[in-house]
Amino acid sequence: MQNGTRKAVVLLSGGLDSLLAARLMQDQGIHVEGINFFTGFCVEGHTHAIRATRKGRVVRNNALHCAEQLGIRLHIIDVIDEYKDVVLNPRHGYGAHLNPCLDCKGFMVGKARAWMEDHGFDFIVTGEVLGQRPMSQRRDTFPVVARESGAEDRLLRPLCAKLLPPTLPEREGWVDRERLLALSGRNRKPQIALAAAYGFDYAQPAGGCCFLTDPNYARKLRDLWESRGERRYDFDDIMLLKIGRHLRPRPSFKLIIGREAGENRFLEGYRNRYPHLWSTDYNGPLALLLGDADADDVELACAIAARFGQGRAAPAVRIAVGRPDGSRTDHVVTPLPAHRLDAQWYL
Amino acid sequence: MVPLKMELDARHLLCPMPVIRASAAVTQLASGDVLSVHCTDPGALYDIPAWCRLEGHEVLEAGTRPDGDVWVTFRVRK
Repeated sequence: MQNGTRKAVVLLSGGLDSLLAARLMQDQGIHVEGINFFTGFCVEGHTHAIRATRKGRVVRNNALHCAEQLGIRLHIIDVIDEYKDVVLNPRHGYGAHLNPCLDCKGFMVGKARAWMEDHGFDFIVTGEVLGQRPMSQRRDTFPVVARESGAEDRLLRPLCAKLLPPTLPEREGWVDRERLLALSGRNRKPQIALAAAYGFDYAQPAGGCCFLTDPNYARKLRDLWESRGERRYDFDDIMLLKIGRHLRPRPSFKLIIGREAGENRFLEGYRNRYPHLWSTDYNGPLALLLGDADADDVELACAIAARFGQGRAAPAVRIAVGRPDGSRTDHVVTPLPAHRLDAQWYL
Repeated sequence: MVPLKMELDARHLLCPMPVIRASAAVTQLASGDVLSVHCTDPGALYDIPAWCRLEGHEVLEAGTRPDGDVWVTFRVRK
């Protein structure tokens, strides 16, 4: 890097837009490094890696893959704890589900601003496109993000910069505004054409990159809060919401049942934290028991667990219940018949 | 100084946590030291080497054990 070269930190999500935004900066001789914030809700990497059925696919972190294509450093930063306040107390409210998109963007740009200042960088770049997202990427919300993050006019959005007032990097001549873009709306064709021109390989996640925009996930998170009587979570809570079948047969307990080998393997990592159930005489899933289950609840949980194993048609199945303290009890149960498995139990 | 050999237990962590933990561990190591990261997330087999390439660390060994766990061993370059 030459003396005097300006430096930009780009919020690299692993998607196409931020990849292109970074590349546009490189085209103008800017030194670019990527930053990627791990909130715990990122779709990226998680369920992709857990399920054995996805073994035929490359389970890679897309932000790292983008950074490799750009030839830039990527700083992946754990913001799980700090991010809780964004999820629990969004100043601007939620989107369609539990997605606090505007607060999230302000938070991330704010973290990038602090990183920029600590590391002697000059400005922040995002892949935002005017009008692409209903909550956070609008003409009236762009200034909110710039203001609340403290980034102000050191926040450059190269893909739509020509539609916005000039920022500091443009006014100072660090970047040539004429070589920036004027993309808007939800049509992705210009980005796809540009990616082809650059020869980029990129992911196109269906359903976005955040579990909080997923109605099924949001429902499970709400159930977690309701069952606790308070809105709080820890890291393991939000990981487990991504895995397995979730059934709440009674308010007092919930079962998480692995759907295949990869999920069972993942759930095994929680044996020392939660009571867990498995069949000792038939193949079947591992199930975690969460809540405050009494003896009657445990019997029902065993019957449900037996229902999801290969002994479901057997008259009796032995289910072991292991506990975090290492103790174990065995329960011989009749697998719950299909008609007694209430559809409303599924979260 | 004799290079250190350090092991990092990143089992039961999912992408990108193994990379984040490896990155934190590297800050405690010197150039030439060796870090071996033990994971259960098969994605780590792609992610940690990719991160090593970006950071300039030298991957010495990576693979899957019979029990399905994976590991990546690399030499720190600073």
